[in-house]
Amino acid sequence: MSSIYIGVDVGASRTKAAVLDGEKNLLGYAVRKSGVDFSATAEVCLAESLDMARRGKADIAYTVSTGYGRSNVAYSRETKTEIGCHAKGCYFYFPKAITVIDIGGQDNKIICLDAAGRRTSFKMNRKCAAGTGAFLEEMSSRLDIAIEDMDTLAKQSTSMVRLGSFCTVFSATEVLENIRNGKKVADIVKGVFFSVIQRILEMDSISQDVVMTGGVVANNPYIVTMTEEQIGRKILVAEYPQLTGAIGAALYAIEASSRTELTG
Amino acid sequence: MAERLKTTKDISKFMADYYYELDEASKSGKRKIAWCTSVGPAEILRSLGFLTYFPETHAAMLGTSRMAANLISSANAIGYSPDICSYLTADIGSCLQGLTPLTKAFPGIEGVPRADVLVYNTNQCRDVQDWFSWHAKRLNAPLLGLETHRNIAKVSAAHVSSIAAQMENMVEPLEHIAGRKLDLDELKNRVALTRQCSDLWEKCLQTAAATPSPLTFFDATTIMGPAVAGRGTRAAIDVYRLLLEELNERIEKGEGAIEGEERHRLYWDGMPVWGRLSMHSKLFAGLGASVIASTYCSSWIFNAMDPARPFESMAKAYTELFIVRSDDYKEKYIREKLEFFKCDGIIYHDSKTCPNNSNCRYGMPQRLQLETGIPALIINGDLNDLRLISDEQTKTNVEAFIEQLEEAKA
Repeated sequence: MSSIYIGVDVGASRTKAAVLDGEKNLLGYAVRKSGVDFSATAEVCLAESLDMARRGKADIAYTVSTGYGRSNVAYSRETKTEIGCHAKGCYFYFPKAITVIDIGGQDNKIICLDAAGRRTSFKMNRKCAAGTGAFLEEMSSRLDIAIEDMDTLAKQSTSMVRLGSFCTVFSATEVLENIRNGKKVADIVKGVFFSVIQRILEMDSISQDVVMTGGVVANNPYIVTMTEEQIGRKILVAEYPQLTGAIGAALYAIEASSRTELTG
Repeated sequence: MAERLKTTKDISKFMADYYYELDEASKSGKRKIAWCTSVGPAEILRSLGFLTYFPETHAAMLGTSRMAANLISSANAIGYSPDICSYLTADIGSCLQGLTPLTKAFPGIEGVPRADVLVYNTNQCRDVQDWFSWHAKRLNAPLLGLETHRNIAKVSAAHVSSIAAQMENMVEPLEHIAGRKLDLDELKNRVALTRQCSDLWEKCLQTAAATPSPLTFFDATTIMGPAVAGRGTRAAIDVYRLLLEELNERIEKGEGAIEGEERHRLYWDGMPVWGRLSMHSKLFAGLGASVIASTYCSSWIFNAMDPARPFESMAKAYTELFIVRSDDYKEKYIREKLEFFKCDGIIYHDSKTCPNNSNCRYGMPQRLQLETGIPALIINGDLNDLRLISDEQTKTNVEAFIEQLEEAKA
């Protein structure tokens, strides 16, 4: 059996594992809630992704971990930041000068890559949760709807509600005000999505082709459509947007493994 | 970690002597004490026989000791917003709670010294005026101040003469409090001592241009006490002579300030995060990055000081400061520093409660990166209020920035 390479992205909200072969084919993957035991979740994700790939631990040549819990992955040989891994993963699918927008559970990133895939700059959101998955979770709880239902609801909107505030708590107050005023939930949800997009577009000026990644995009593809309307351009999305960081980590694992072989 | 500078011990002794002298004067009442802002007219005060106490240095100690966060809330509760200077709020909170790091650092000292007069210069910010005003009322002590110019592109004769006039007008009330007349020769002597101290401090900071750098920004923040609190004294000059000697020895031996290879040389703009000095120092060093120079530590370099023209030269020196200059000047200044110190990256600390020392809020990082090609990273934090800091975000940002620099090098 040929060697396999593992990338594990232990995010604030979800842990993702990806299994690649030496030809960079995605053989298996897993996504789990990160929970409170990052190490155990990373183990479960590894086992599930290996099952899917029909491979065993003995086949693993190298593992790279990333994300907030990157240091909690016992079987990882190296860590990389999620900024590096999302950039790597996105460039793999779209090898040209791109701007990556990653909407994660806890933070957002805008990463600019040149035509050779080198990072030229990056920005993370400030301390505030505005525009992140955490913001959407708070709003779904406030509206008493399941987070997975938000995308369908937003598409049904006929008259979007505009939320003016930057702050998550103030936005929640605005949502309450709109509920009190009899606004439709679908219109409020679309307004919540719009707020996420505004917070992201405020982070940096966007001049290149855009690739969107992350769990929020994977679960709410309508956000991509709405962002396209805002920037007036088509946005690129990889087949598994939630896995881009894990795939990027696995690509780093392939590079690290060949480097290790070269240096003996 | 690399070995600590041996002179750190001498600097610690300098600071201990400084605080014990103030404490003795405070308790005995034998000498008058003036509270002064960090770039206030210390030379005039010293030449009138005042011992000078700098609340900003005390506030920085509240930061390094990580006492600040628990104290700031007391100041917030009496109406001093969490959005204003966290030196001010930490120091006022320290007073309200009766807690000071001086008691632990210097056994026998029970509190900050009393004040016979408080003197500020708004060249740091307007907050120093509110800060000193609060203490002046509490201590029932006179308050004097210099109102500086801001957004200065080129320091003009008009700028200098207006500040010099304010300084001269301050003399009479200070003489009254001091109970003696100003001796112009003594003032000239103090200006000369400040100039010598400043020249030596500048030379110490410039040693960081060597590769590898013998000094980091984090080291410099812990040894800059004499440049702030001791300017105008012989003792500060003596201690910086020793420091310069040691730094030059390091250069001769090829010893760097960080352990291992100095793969990246970074510039720091903005305030330090006082409660995270050690953490940040280890974070950067662990990634092979030496943060070698800063705008902040260079703020106590006063090249214009000239004993032949004491008032005029003090006015010029205190008006040439980076902090009161225009953005065009600041950009040119940083560009020259990046070149002089051979930096391949720049960190901007966006300090939430210190807008005057946060130079990344009006597009400067973007403009400078475009002009120099040197990548920039903005860290969100604060000088003293640890409630405004996310260590995890800082760590990820710094690691990702070093990854970016590595990619550029590859």
